[in-house]
Amino acid sequence: MRKEFLAALLLSATTLVSTAHAADLRIGLQDDADVLDPDQSRTFVGRIVYTSLCDKLVDITPDLEIIPQLATGWSWSDDGRVLTMDLREGVTFHDGTPFNAEAVKANIERSKNLPESRRKSEVKSIESVEVSGPLQVRINLAAPDATLLAQFADRAGMMVSPAAAEAAGADFGANPVCSGPFKFVERVQQDRIVLSKFDGYWNAGAIHFDTVTFLPIPDTTVRLANLRSGDIDMLERLAATDVASVKGDANLGYAEAVSLGYQGITVNIGNGEKGDNPFGNDARLRQAFSLSLDRDAINQVVFEGAFAPGNQPFPPTSPWYDKDHPVPARDVEKAKALLKEAGYDSFDVEVQVANNPVQTQMMQVVQAMAAEAGFNVKLKSMEFASLLADQSAGNYQASQVGWSGRVDPDGNIHQFMTCKGGINDSKYCNPEVDALLDAARTSNELATRKAKYDEARDILNNDLPIIYLYHPTWIWALSGKLEGFTPYPDGMIRLENVKFN
Amino acid sequence: MLSYIARRLVIAVPTLILVSVFVFVLQKLLPGDPALVLAGEERDPEVLEFIREKYRLNDPVIYQYFHWMKAMLQGDLGISLRTQQPVATLIADKLPVTIQLAIMAMVIAFAIGIPAGILSAVHKGTAVDYIANFIALSGLSIPNFWLGIMLILLVSVQLGWLPASGYESPFTDPVKSLQTMIMPGFVLGTALAATLMRHTRSAMLGVMKADYIRTARAKGVLENAVIIKHAFRNALLPIVTLSALLFGELLAGAVLTEQIFTIPGFGKLIVDAVFTRDYAVVQGIVMCTAAGFILMNLIADVLYFLLNPRMRSSL
Repeated sequence: MRKEFLAALLLSATTLVSTAHAADLRIGLQDDADVLDPDQSRTFVGRIVYTSLCDKLVDITPDLEIIPQLATGWSWSDDGRVLTMDLREGVTFHDGTPFNAEAVKANIERSKNLPESRRKSEVKSIESVEVSGPLQVRINLAAPDATLLAQFADRAGMMVSPAAAEAAGADFGANPVCSGPFKFVERVQQDRIVLSKFDGYWNAGAIHFDTVTFLPIPDTTVRLANLRSGDIDMLERLAATDVASVKGDANLGYAEAVSLGYQGITVNIGNGEKGDNPFGNDARLRQAFSLSLDRDAINQVVFEGAFAPGNQPFPPTSPWYDKDHPVPARDVEKAKALLKEAGYDSFDVEVQVANNPVQTQMMQVVQAMAAEAGFNVKLKSMEFASLLADQSAGNYQASQVGWSGRVDPDGNIHQFMTCKGGINDSKYCNPEVDALLDAARTSNELATRKAKYDEARDILNNDLPIIYLYHPTWIWALSGKLEGFTPYPDGMIRLENVKFN
Repeated sequence: MLSYIARRLVIAVPTLILVSVFVFVLQKLLPGDPALVLAGEERDPEVLEFIREKYRLNDPVIYQYFHWMKAMLQGDLGISLRTQQPVATLIADKLPVTIQLAIMAMVIAFAIGIPAGILSAVHKGTAVDYIANFIALSGLSIPNFWLGIMLILLVSVQLGWLPASGYESPFTDPVKSLQTMIMPGFVLGTALAATLMRHTRSAMLGVMKADYIRTARAKGVLENAVIIKHAFRNALLPIVTLSALLFGELLAGAVLTEQIFTIPGFGKLIVDAVFTRDYAVVQGIVMCTAAGFILMNLIADVLYFLLNPRMRSSL
């Protein structure tokens, strides 16, 4: 009896594995998403789910150019205060509500006015939205805002069904209704989010899956094991240490893209009393620290060479990267000389770091390198919520943190480097830099903007309120059956033209 | 009997109140600001203020505590700061998963631990004893996460017999549900089996020396009957107590095992909640598991009565 039962069990186990339907895509995510409302959510994995669920006004290319999605075209007024957008015809939301100018107006107003909205700062420049035609909106700005289009390429540009949003209010996330290629089916917290193909999608021809299931699998080893066993078809954020093994596996595919974000060491320069110390006061010490590091070696040792060494808020692959300030080579002698010039033979500095194994290991490498130039780095390992609280309160000397990155360069630099920047935890303040970064956000000319950022870089490269270290790379591992996947620097999974072969 | 249970339940009330004070105070002592964690990377001041207002983070702690207690007495455990779902819903979703995993683990622990304990006691000092002890010690010493990952690599990746991770409710798909539970149940069960085995062994050794065992043997009772009917039944009492307590502990969630096998139970929920300073969820789960633990304790005592005629007569 028991034998029969076991046999039946094994049999059903094997049949179950082999009968997985051909057009059901299963994706392993590192975390569980938070609330599924584009106006309220804040997690990275949430955005991955939205990419299949909610279309945006505009999208980006892998090279960060803004391209049409729900808006087919747009133009700026001469003073940069009015953005006119033409909208796609024949688009409906998953609940049948038509997508039109009224819907865009309702969405932007929701982002601005919903008390729970996390998008307020992103659409702050918008004063009003006018419906100038059934499929045309005029967006009036209080001041020119070059970052707005890039905001529309992310959550602030995601269009939700006005009817559903009106009915559900702040509870919209329990049953999100958008206009993307897939519609919401069900969600089990920390277990799965299931979407099914939306037959009325305007670009349905490019969609080749009947359902998409997102499974949060936090452990990277287990995520990969699930891919190898065929329980999932693709995963995001493969551990750098597993790259070689995946690349060597003929049954698996591999894709990567340097992210828009960075990791670095934020130095307390003027954030409370703790900023008043030699490391915060004397830029030469920070320059010496930066010169003591071999960024390429850090990348090789800790990340198996999979990430991108960096020294600016934009990765070297970005069109915004200032090539006049390349990633500096390690120069211990020069670092020692700078230290001496500042009046020190050796210097003690305390750096706080999040208590996860990878960041800790990375900082230990930094610690060893800086020691050779005369820095006694004390690492203060902290749980992230405490680290964040101390950092924002100014209760730190230096802090190893990062930024997930934004499509528009402004998002990677303005709020960190301007005197009144919302997340300027360094409290670095230089009116010259303020003027340059403010000017860069008002122009819609790429070249003009780039020139301003480059000018600011000349100053910031000396002042170093943030010592940039590297740019993480998004790494995906895919089943060999999948084809057509294109990696994007924003880390999103776009399923257009992806299919099982 | 009933009056005993009622008495115990009444005593549980001050215990739960103490637990509520502890969990509340300890949480407030944690460094870190939930609003900062929840506001997202940008930490928009407007959003920070909204969160602090909405979740009463600006109020004095005493006020926050009484507000929570008042709501809880009315059956409202609050709203998760992170996912904005009612905490009661979250608990109702996770509790069956955690109970299922706990039962699975206990079944496996019994199946291994008790026979091994009896065998090693009966064959004390022989190879059987040493082998059983070795296995028990291994079960205790091998870390759960390592065993879990090894099982996934062997059973799911190499052999392809069971799904690597995930969860399925027994009500929607009993077979798949069992498949997803076997490995995590085994990982948790082996560790418990070791504890059970050690206790069974020592209880059996104590009983085997008793006079009535010698008497039974002298009467010519078959050795198997001596062991099962005379010795094991009398050795059962401490095992029952231990099992109930182990089960109570399992209800608090098995963080590592849940994480590895991606089982959406209490363990993962509470860890995420602590890291994001999702106070309402932490409080709700701690209260719930404390109540569960008290209940299991009570059940252990009741079983004690039922199994032990001497205690029954003392009522």
